[in-house]
Amino acid sequence: MAQAPVLPAGFELPLEPRLPRIGSVDAVALEERAGSLAKRSIKRDAKVFALRLAIRTTDLTTLEGADTPGKVAALCSKAMRPDPTDPSIPSCAAICVYPNLVPTARERLEGSGVHVAAVATGFPSGQYPTSIKVADVRSAVELGADEIDMVIDRGAFLSGRYAKVYDEVVRVKEACGEAHLKVILETGELGTYDNVRRATLLAIAGGADFVKTSTGKISPAATLPIALCMLEAVRDVYFETGRRVGFKAAGGIRQAKQAVQHLVVVHETLGPEWLTPELYRLGASSLLNDILMQLRKEKTGAYQSPDYFTLD
Amino acid sequence: MAELDRPGGSPAVPSDWTYAPAPESRDVVHLRDRYGLFIGGEWLEPSETYETISPATEEPLAVIGQASVADVDRAVVAARTAFADGWSSLPGSERAKYLFRIARILQERAREFAVLESLNGGKPIKESRDVDLPLAAAHFFYYAGWADKLEYAFPNRRPRPVGVAGQIIPWNFPLLMLAWKIAPALACGNTVVLKPAETTPLTALLFCDVLRQAELPAGVVNIVTGDGRTGAALVEHDGVDKIAFTGSTDVGKAIQRRLAGSGKKLTLELGGKAANIVFDDCALDQAVEGIVNGIYFNQGHVCCAGSRLLAQESIYEPLVEKLKRRLETLRVGDPLDKNTDVGAINSAMQLEKIRELVESGREEGAEIYQPPCRLPEKGYWFAPTVFTNVAQSYRIAQEEIFGPVLSVLTFRTPEEAIEKANNSPYGLSAGVWTEKGSRILWMAQRLRAGVVWANTFNRFDPSSPFGGYKESGFGREGGLHGLEPYLRFDE
Repeated sequence: MAQAPVLPAGFELPLEPRLPRIGSVDAVALEERAGSLAKRSIKRDAKVFALRLAIRTTDLTTLEGADTPGKVAALCSKAMRPDPTDPSIPSCAAICVYPNLVPTARERLEGSGVHVAAVATGFPSGQYPTSIKVADVRSAVELGADEIDMVIDRGAFLSGRYAKVYDEVVRVKEACGEAHLKVILETGELGTYDNVRRATLLAIAGGADFVKTSTGKISPAATLPIALCMLEAVRDVYFETGRRVGFKAAGGIRQAKQAVQHLVVVHETLGPEWLTPELYRLGASSLLNDILMQLRKEKTGAYQSPDYFTLD
Repeated sequence: MAELDRPGGSPAVPSDWTYAPAPESRDVVHLRDRYGLFIGGEWLEPSETYETISPATEEPLAVIGQASVADVDRAVVAARTAFADGWSSLPGSERAKYLFRIARILQERAREFAVLESLNGGKPIKESRDVDLPLAAAHFFYYAGWADKLEYAFPNRRPRPVGVAGQIIPWNFPLLMLAWKIAPALACGNTVVLKPAETTPLTALLFCDVLRQAELPAGVVNIVTGDGRTGAALVEHDGVDKIAFTGSTDVGKAIQRRLAGSGKKLTLELGGKAANIVFDDCALDQAVEGIVNGIYFNQGHVCCAGSRLLAQESIYEPLVEKLKRRLETLRVGDPLDKNTDVGAINSAMQLEKIRELVESGREEGAEIYQPPCRLPEKGYWFAPTVFTNVAQSYRIAQEEIFGPVLSVLTFRTPEEAIEKANNSPYGLSAGVWTEKGSRILWMAQRLRAGVVWANTFNRFDPSSPFGGYKESGFGREGGLHGLEPYLRFDE
């Protein structure tokens, strides 16, 4: 068991000794920059490229109490072949489900290259004892999840117990084994961009492979300024240490246009290197059909009725 | 050009996302082949003409009049007549109606004006669309509000209009500077003869259309185009009661000499060499955005541009690294493309001046960085440039370059920052970047600059006065202060 020191080890490590600080974020300027990136005009080939990339990086998600094997099986088919009429459309990156539905997804997706992500650690609140959270992760991995989406303990974070947050990330990372760890900050509950930056660095220091905005259960979720704020922290870590940490925007992204805006922010913050499912994900459910609709429109020149796209 | 080191080797870039061209349509603009002089509500044929071009392509756009001494005289007479014939005695609420109307028409025709501004001046369409036009309209709205409240603005001082205002404006914000000049002048009951810059007359000429649409009485606003000779004729005309000039410090000094003893009122808004002061406790990524906005906005053709970056030594390296990386993402090119961040240099003459000063910086020993970017073959272009290792004594640290060129200097303590920032003949603006509120106030009290921005830069609002210290000029534009130069008082 990793013992967290008072000042978490590694928390300050990504930054050079001459820059011994976490840094701060100016809200006005951050939102202004995000707003100006949202105005990029992405047309024709560039738009098709972005839409296909959005599909390739999508974690197709269903996180309902009412989820059943049937529902998840349908979603798996959609993830593997989003548009049955157009085989040129790529597959999604992963399916994101609760642990109990991992075996169904695993079976359906076998050999497809589409990953299975499970939410764990007492998702979405994270208000459980650490031992339960670790056990939750272990069982999800045993059930066949190759990606784990954990939530941080916002209660601990907001009361200043950063070491507890850090310690949990470290222990969950250990429990993940080979599985990739995405750390959900639930930014909608963190209150300030300074906190978002702080939590991002904390998660990275604890061993996150990905940092993720939200559970999708709280609004606001993945806004552009939040994404920009987290990506800037990821960028700082990369340039200070060479370590590449992925980023997942999840929650509230329902339209193709929003997805393109998110991709622009990544592109102009971290560069083309990050435009890959290994380092970037979009967590969404209804987004996919809007993207398919836009792609069909780019191909045929006309919008098709929603009836031509499957509801899964 | 320096290549940036990427840690951890450079893996194959998985994909290339090139933004497809997204040009704003030129169809909204209907240019005439030639433009006369707008005097007394009529278009008069000039005796001499010249061609105005697009600096991005060098393509000729229209033939423009070169107003002679006689033409300027006609314009001043028209303005005097309109002043006496009713404009000056019109109730403020009536003058306000015209200003409101102009503001609304500008909003309605914003796209047309934005495209024309970018076409004739070379600035990116996103700036003319999101900054120049909204602000120009906002100025008319703002001063429309003052027109019937002058007695309240200056209680017991009986404000009255000055008379005929001669206004000479620069080429960096053609329509916006027109709005800054015309809106307060009309609100106070003056009439106007305005000379747009030689290289960017088109939006001012299109504005004459707006004046007609608004049914502004003939002669209240007259537009005379031409080069420096036209400006000189306007300055020297006996019938002008007030000169308002925005432009270079050299010309400003010449105007002040000419007007000495003439009794004409004068306001000057001249050059600058603003210090953008970055402390080590600032929000670093946002400071980088502010630095970029401070110096590359409008290709650096901004009198209040943050052309001197004063970085605290403790963050100098990460700051400069971040800045260089950010420069790589600036998109330089077609001003009409909606994704363009940096457009064309306004004229061949200005490009020459920038090149000369940049050359001097190299020779004096500063280190130059320019991001890799492909500049168009035709037109006037200059890549965004950063000079590091700049000493206070270098010309690039002292002289106004008026281009996309940043000089980086360092400081150790707040006192040293103040000393360096104020060590300039100019004093138009300054920027302070720190998370510490008390330090912002401490700095603002000591900076000898007309505008001090805190954790932002190049932000304007019609209600906020703007103007300089020292050789950056005198008089304020904007806000309640902006009314004063256009009024006489009984005292």
